[in-house]
Amino acid sequence: MRNVYVLGTGMIKFGRYPEKTVPELGGEAALVALKDAGIAIKDVEMFACGNLYQSNAMVGQRILQQIGQTGIPVINVSNACATGSTAFREAYLAVASGMYETAMAVGVEQMGKQGLLGGAGGGDPAYSVEGKLGSGLMPAVFGQAGIEHMRKYGTKPEHFAKISVKSHKHATKNPFSQYRNEVSLEDVLNARMVAYPNTLYMCCPTGDGAAAAILVSEDKLKQLAGGRKRPKIAASVLTSDPYTERDLTFPDVSTLTRRASKLAYEKAGVGPKDIALTELHDCFATAELVHYENLGLCGDGEAGAFIDKKGGCHPDLGGFAPVNVSGGLLSKGHPLGATGVANICEVVWHLTQDERAKDRQVPNAKVGQAHVIGLGSACTVHILTV
Amino acid sequence: MAEQAQATDTGPRPIVPFLKLDPKPHLIAVKCSNCGSVFMDLKRVACSKCGSTKEKFSQVSLSDKGKVYVFSVVHQSFPGIKTPYITAIVDLPDGVSVRANLVDVDPETAQKEPKKIFDLPVEMVTHVAAKDREGHEVIAFSFKPSKN
Ligand SMILES: [Zn+2]
Repeated sequence: MRNVYVLGTGMIKFGRYPEKTVPELGGEAALVALKDAGIAIKDVEMFACGNLYQSNAMVGQRILQQIGQTGIPVINVSNACATGSTAFREAYLAVASGMYETAMAVGVEQMGKQGLLGGAGGGDPAYSVEGKLGSGLMPAVFGQAGIEHMRKYGTKPEHFAKISVKSHKHATKNPFSQYRNEVSLEDVLNARMVAYPNTLYMCCPTGDGAAAAILVSEDKLKQLAGGRKRPKIAASVLTSDPYTERDLTFPDVSTLTRRASKLAYEKAGVGPKDIALTELHDCFATAELVHYENLGLCGDGEAGAFIDKKGGCHPDLGGFAPVNVSGGLLSKGHPLGATGVANICEVVWHLTQDERAKDRQVPNAKVGQAHVIGLGSACTVHILTV
Repeated sequence: MAEQAQATDTGPRPIVPFLKLDPKPHLIAVKCSNCGSVFMDLKRVACSKCGSTKEKFSQVSLSDKGKVYVFSVVHQSFPGIKTPYITAIVDLPDGVSVRANLVDVDPETAQKEPKKIFDLPVEMVTHVAAKDREGHEVIAFSFKPSKN
């Protein structure tokens, strides 16, 4: 496998675009990425497109029908919340393998106002188990993940709430974020309870969005970068959930993240201390807390103390080991298929002092990581270096 | 044979296949004889821990008593589902966990004092959860605190 670099990135502000179509949203992000890379669609040799809600509707091809039907191979990817990052990885593999010099990844989603609760299945509703045999709804599943941490280590609801306060504060500096309002600890704790311990502000919103990246080989980089520093993809790891005793009733989001993280650090030849910024999958505040430990940002059982010491906060706010300086899924938004590409964009922008991150630039960023988990389960970790 | 008889009469139906109503309500599962893993999913084709195929499986009846591992209190659900309710992961002594509502516990108390819920000894109870389109009573199970 050979080295692969991110030559260009594009993202549209996450929000609500009821007047647009999915191919429009994806096409817009793709055009920004192409312009940023300094190439045209005719230069792209392979395209991986991540989208969940229209996964049977050839979204990648429909994007090319918007921006240039060049006849290249297109892969449409669906992998729960890891859809976008899996598409990015497919593009990475296409270049790393030596098959192609230039590949494009786009993640796009239009969720409208459909809540994270999702839709009910078919069949006789009398046999629907939701609310009768506990809850399989995301807020409850991830609530339980936080409660498991409370059980093991005495973590308090305030710790989860502090994560939400931090992410909202971060988002005020990100013009691409769906929500940019600050919230106080009291606001978070007193907000409507969705599924204990996650209150409304500890749950990510739904929305629309798109993000794109252009990936190139080292040879192509030399031709096209024109002296610009471009990040190398030092590790691209994808895992699924290994057998654990409770996984089938209580989805285990930790074991596969730990495995992906370990493999990624090994492959990149770096450790948690080298990471200047982390974008991780904070679909709920409870998820972010357990991933601090899963990604080795602090030791097992130390996430509460890490938060109390301002771990995860931007250095501008007096913090260290910054996490989700974009505002995270909690504020930036979580258009499912777009998320995995968008958080790679954020890491790239910090590593390249991109103007799009100028108000929240993490100083001396040489190594960054992006983590995504899709329940079911799929986990990706990408480590990028300059 | 007993199962077929149940399917054609007008009596109550279990909400999931791993709940059996006779002779008294109990949960069943399949157990892998190679590695001992237990699965509530009766139709699986092989063991996801060790890979043994279903010839190695035997059906087992599960204990109606267990302990709460974790829980959450659901305040927002689909239309028509009464909230709040406590969802719990209950560890059974048979080496498998099951998800169910925790009843006879005040959701407010559970949120205020989660420590009282962890490892709470519980026992299974059943109730009529709905009536299906053909008019059969649909029976669900939940767990309540054990008396002793
Ligand atoms: Zn087995």
